[in-house]
Amino acid sequence: MKENKDTLDKSLKRKHKLQAKGVKVFYDDFMAIKGIDMNIRANKITAFIGPSGCGKSTFLRLFNRMNDYVDGFRMEGEILIDGRNIYKKKVNVEQLRKQVGMVFQKPNPFPKSIYENVAYGLKIQGIKDKAFLQNKVEESLKQVGLWNEVQDDLNKSALALSGGQQQRLCIARTLAVEPSIILMDEPTSALDPISTAKIEELIYELKEKYTIVIVTHNMQQAGRISDYTAFFYMGELIEYDKSKKLFTNPEKQQTENYITGRFG
Amino acid sequence: MRKLKETLIEKSLLGSALVTIAVTVGIILVLSIEAVNFFREVSIVDFLTDTQWTPLYTDKHFGILPLLSGTLLTSFIAIIFAVPVGLSISIYISEYAPRSFRKTIKPALELLAAVPTVVYGFFALTVVTPFLQSFIPGLSGFNSLSAGLVMGIMIIPFISSLSEDALHAVPNSLREAAYGMGSTKLQNAFRVLVPAASSGIIVSIILAISRAIGETMIVAIAAGQQPRLTLDPTVPVETITAYIVQVSLGDVQHGSLEYRTIFAAGITLFIFTFLLNTVSYRIRKKFREKYE
Amino acid sequence: MNNIKTNRLKDQAFKIWGIACTFLGLILLTIFIGSILIDGLQRIDWDFITSLPSRKAERAGIYTALMGSVWILVFTTIIALPLGIAAAIYLEEYAKHSRLSSLLEVNISNLAGVPSIIYGLLGLEVFVRIMEMGASVLAGSFTLALLILPIVIVATRESLKAVPKSIRDASFALGASKWQTVSQQLLPASFGGILTGVILALSRAVGETAPLIVIGALAYVPFAPESPMDEFSVLPIQIFNWISRPKHGFEVNAAAAIIVLLLITFILNGVAVYFRNRWQNKFK
Repeated sequence: MKENKDTLDKSLKRKHKLQAKGVKVFYDDFMAIKGIDMNIRANKITAFIGPSGCGKSTFLRLFNRMNDYVDGFRMEGEILIDGRNIYKKKVNVEQLRKQVGMVFQKPNPFPKSIYENVAYGLKIQGIKDKAFLQNKVEESLKQVGLWNEVQDDLNKSALALSGGQQQRLCIARTLAVEPSIILMDEPTSALDPISTAKIEELIYELKEKYTIVIVTHNMQQAGRISDYTAFFYMGELIEYDKSKKLFTNPEKQQTENYITGRFG
Repeated sequence: MRKLKETLIEKSLLGSALVTIAVTVGIILVLSIEAVNFFREVSIVDFLTDTQWTPLYTDKHFGILPLLSGTLLTSFIAIIFAVPVGLSISIYISEYAPRSFRKTIKPALELLAAVPTVVYGFFALTVVTPFLQSFIPGLSGFNSLSAGLVMGIMIIPFISSLSEDALHAVPNSLREAAYGMGSTKLQNAFRVLVPAASSGIIVSIILAISRAIGETMIVAIAAGQQPRLTLDPTVPVETITAYIVQVSLGDVQHGSLEYRTIFAAGITLFIFTFLLNTVSYRIRKKFREKYE
Repeated sequence: MNNIKTNRLKDQAFKIWGIACTFLGLILLTIFIGSILIDGLQRIDWDFITSLPSRKAERAGIYTALMGSVWILVFTTIIALPLGIAAAIYLEEYAKHSRLSSLLEVNISNLAGVPSIIYGLLGLEVFVRIMEMGASVLAGSFTLALLILPIVIVATRESLKAVPKSIRDASFALGASKWQTVSQQLLPASFGGILTGVILALSRAVGETAPLIVIGALAYVPFAPESPMDEFSVLPIQIFNWISRPKHGFEVNAAAAIIVLLLITFILNGVAVYFRNRWQNKFK
């Protein structure tokens, strides 16, 4: 019996890549997240939706500890990745971020060349082998479908690329470090529809190798690409289910109100 | 291992930042210790009340008032020249001049502040004084009027730049409300905008005063080396700063009473500028909070 | 009706007054520079620049003072640059919003307003006497370095502030440490702004006279420095010395030396502005 339970636990952990247990977030006295339990499955795309200010970005950033830099930030509860609490004191945050990558809302390439952008994550790990770096840069740019467009001039400044290209570059930069989880905070909201479509296609391909959590304002997007969707409101998790179910037949009235546009 | 490196780097950076505190402490210590030694031999009452300053002569008097009056007189002349001019420039640039004009004229005015003061001193002595002498009879070759006016030219950008920034920061809604009621730019400027920007303007004036009080070369060259308790702008005087230069150029023995006089004078100067700077910093802080 | 007319007239009058004031300073500066050029331009020739000072005005040159200024500038930079940049990095990237940083900020703001001659007094006691550097290039450089330190710190801080937060976010999200982010992203990105600030600080330092007089820089130095422990003079002190001499020949020398000093100052300012413009366009 016990063996079965252990195996069950282990396989649960493998299935649940990211977990939140009783998580509360405070900024000084303000309670931004009011107690959330959640399990996010490996190799799936999970979408966080909800109106502005509902806490979905804050919650997302718990998983790579980017909230640590915000004044007055305090959290209670546990955040587990592969079963391990990442907020324990001895956790090496820099190591964590190599495993959990992040793509931001507004494309933020470094004011450096395309090559330098993609190679940066590896260089800071101390990797100096030029051949290895060159290889990795090419591989990552190919993964995001940028290679053909930029291979002739990798020394060009990343800022000279279009918005959509810059965002794909930011994704490539993240992939180069070989994370297992990618967090995306409204990655296409600053882009035009064509770039958005390209990137959505890319995200969909990526789920094969990575676990992806994406915050989005765009419900059609969530419906298109995500396997699971979580609806947040005022710091609480209102509903969390398979996307198909949540969008066609939500359990909670609030969810239905939100997805039908009764409030935004 | 990496953690150790990061901590070491952070500590070195902290050390560099703490050097700035060490400088302030150093200044206060150096001035205080020498001043205390000075006041062991000269009573503080004499220092503050004697109307003569003759430490280098045989009949020694150690009254700071003549040097103080020299400093304050030259600074006063500089300020009454620079404030109206600087303020008018700031209002003109902020309210009347076209945008493009502002872009070219501001750096040009900054140029006035970039000229080395020894050059201004030369100007005061060789151009301004002879010019003024042509219609002010009895104007001495060294006097506080020339030095004060030239100092005024130098500090115009201090007032005009900072005041213009303060006026610029006043929300447009205030301007629009006034114009909507039919006021002219002039009325608007003086009745609405200047009061609204008053803290910024006051800060600029205080900083300009502090700058004038601390100025050395212009007064050392053009104002004279005769400590004199007077309000007469046509005669030679000596400022605190010019006195320190005078002694430094001479052959004063280290550790002697005469040597210590420069620290007594220095600490007086420091107290004045410190108070002015502190007041202006406080006002600036309150001002910033108001708009944020 | 009359009121409106008078108000309009006053408005126009003020406009004219404003223009007059604005140009007053510039016109005076032009007159002044013009008179200096008339006085001193013909005195400038290769001999003037390479001659040593002399009791005879026609034979005196600015060589030793010029060399002294160069030595001072070099050493002041070596001292102030790393110190100022390090302090600014700490304040801007490591210690924001703490009580210590508020204290440091107030302190730096205060130091920026301390008259330069006070730095001379500090340098005299600490560097010349206590640390026994004598009236050397080193003592002078340390003194001026402390003087321009607040300028370097403020300029560096402003440059760091101008780098968008998103760059820091991206760097941290990839697993970079704070120092890696500073050294590999922030410093390169703010380089232009820092350079501008440093050059402006130097253009201020090259014209400083009082603090160097106080620490004992000599007015009459018959040799150029050959080591940082040597005694020295600088261009503004040489000018001051010549101004103090009654003979007219020295006034001409002073004018000529002023032309050289102004040239150096304006070139430094011009270079700084050029870099500032180039750098400000970087993030567009």
